[in-house]
Amino acid sequence: MSARIPLVLLACGSFNPITNQHMRLFELARDHLHQTGQFQVVGGIVSPVSDGYGKQGLVLAKHRIAMARLALQSSDWVSVDDWESQQPDWTETVVTMRYHYGRILKQYQEGTGKDSGPTTNPHHLTSSSPRLKLLCGADFLDTFKVPGLWLDDHVEEVAGRFGLVCVSRGGLEPELAVHESETLSRHWRNIFLVREWVRNETSATEVRRALRRGLSVKYLLPDSVIKYIHQHNLYTGDSELKNKDVLLRPLTKQTEMPVKTLDD
Amino acid sequence: MEPQDLTKVVLLACGSFNPITNMHLRMFELARDYLEDTGQYIVVRGIISAVGDGYKKKGLIEACHRVDMARLATDTSDWIKVDAWESQQPEWVETAKVMRHHYKELMTAEQNNDYVDTAKKRRIEATKHAFEDPSSYHTRRDNGPQLKLLCGADVLESFGVPNLWKHEDIAEIVGRYGLVCITRNGCDAHKFIHQSEVLWKHRKNIHVVREWVTNEISATHVRRALGRGQTVRYLLPDPVVSYIREHGLYSAESEQKNADVVLAPLQRHTGPSSS
Repeated sequence: MSARIPLVLLACGSFNPITNQHMRLFELARDHLHQTGQFQVVGGIVSPVSDGYGKQGLVLAKHRIAMARLALQSSDWVSVDDWESQQPDWTETVVTMRYHYGRILKQYQEGTGKDSGPTTNPHHLTSSSPRLKLLCGADFLDTFKVPGLWLDDHVEEVAGRFGLVCVSRGGLEPELAVHESETLSRHWRNIFLVREWVRNETSATEVRRALRRGLSVKYLLPDSVIKYIHQHNLYTGDSELKNKDVLLRPLTKQTEMPVKTLDD
Repeated sequence: MEPQDLTKVVLLACGSFNPITNMHLRMFELARDYLEDTGQYIVVRGIISAVGDGYKKKGLIEACHRVDMARLATDTSDWIKVDAWESQQPEWVETAKVMRHHYKELMTAEQNNDYVDTAKKRRIEATKHAFEDPSSYHTRRDNGPQLKLLCGADVLESFGVPNLWKHEDIAEIVGRYGLVCITRNGCDAHKFIHQSEVLWKHRKNIHVVREWVTNEISATHVRRALGRGQTVRYLLPDPVVSYIREHGLYSAESEQKNADVVLAPLQRHTGPSSS
């Protein structure tokens, strides 16, 4: 019986704000990967996007990080990382993945006796170095189709070099999204599709909407996060207008980039 | 409207709560938001009343656990409470009876609070007497709190299941008290009300609350996941998840409980006595 491959799951996103749904993604993904018999999920990372992303309604990274920290206090394997949010400009997902993978590999190579971060290695269970996979919802797969949002090489690297764990819920067709993309189809072995049978359409967008209207969001996010939101008066009619006339950064950055040379 | 002009409402949710989930809890929040948004009501309390073991539903675990879990789940709520009266009754209790019990308690509490206001006290006494007479369905117009049954569309539509409900109970629930029904599909709920004489008659007492964001965390799904060793984290409050793990609740065996038993309401009503 071969040893399981240790795995760290990385979720990139706005987390604006973090909700129970986000945290559930990790739990579902871990279950699924364990049940394949091939993997041992050893850590989870929530990496909120930087303010430079320019998405409408995005509140300051420092708040989104603080809320994610509060939410994940009760988790013993998922934690928040602020590296991406600290970068001066929006960072491509693949760059964030390379950063975390390098960090995880370095930690592994230095030998882990420490208990820090998401890559605590129960060394009696695994022998090889940890892999990193991108954790996302099914709607994320659809973004690969949006013109100008992803560079082809990046999709190749995310799907081919790293791999995706995609959790779907009611209404979305992740298999179709994979099928419709040449790159994703080629790396189907590296793409794990997890079904969430509970139809739960609660999203950060809905949470923000409810908050704007003074409606309750209790039981959709942890109480500690709700308290933080009220303390700092986040998510109002005004906050939703932020970046209203701004172009999403990936769309402008990709066109600024120099043409990739063949020997890159 | 001044706060004292608002009608006080207490929401009562009866059900298996097997186990309680975030969806149950959300129902209370949605109902309160909806009622207070009309500008006519103020929701002062929510009551969770878990059904007794005598209900004999398949997979229904012991009431003491279901009540304990509900208590853990509502620990952080300042307005939703758990009441164990129904769960402690030896036999299954009709919903209308549960409502009568809670309404009586409400009136008594109200009376004790307003011993100074004799006019109000007289009105409350009059109401209590009217209420003791099951043939009268006056809607109370005093300022005492109104008790309303909080439920999902499935309960509303279960009124149509033969022998599940007594006709006079339905009439009492919607006539004397009122219903707050949380549903994704407002059209179906309204259609159901339209097609029922008794529901149509008391349509003003039936509040249909549209749930725009689907949230189908059913207890059935939760039990299934638990039976398969799958995660239910973030579908129920953490303390409830821990409780289930600590007590080893919900397995393939527990799901078989009452498998060959007839549901109590059906047993009781499939007799010559039901109207």
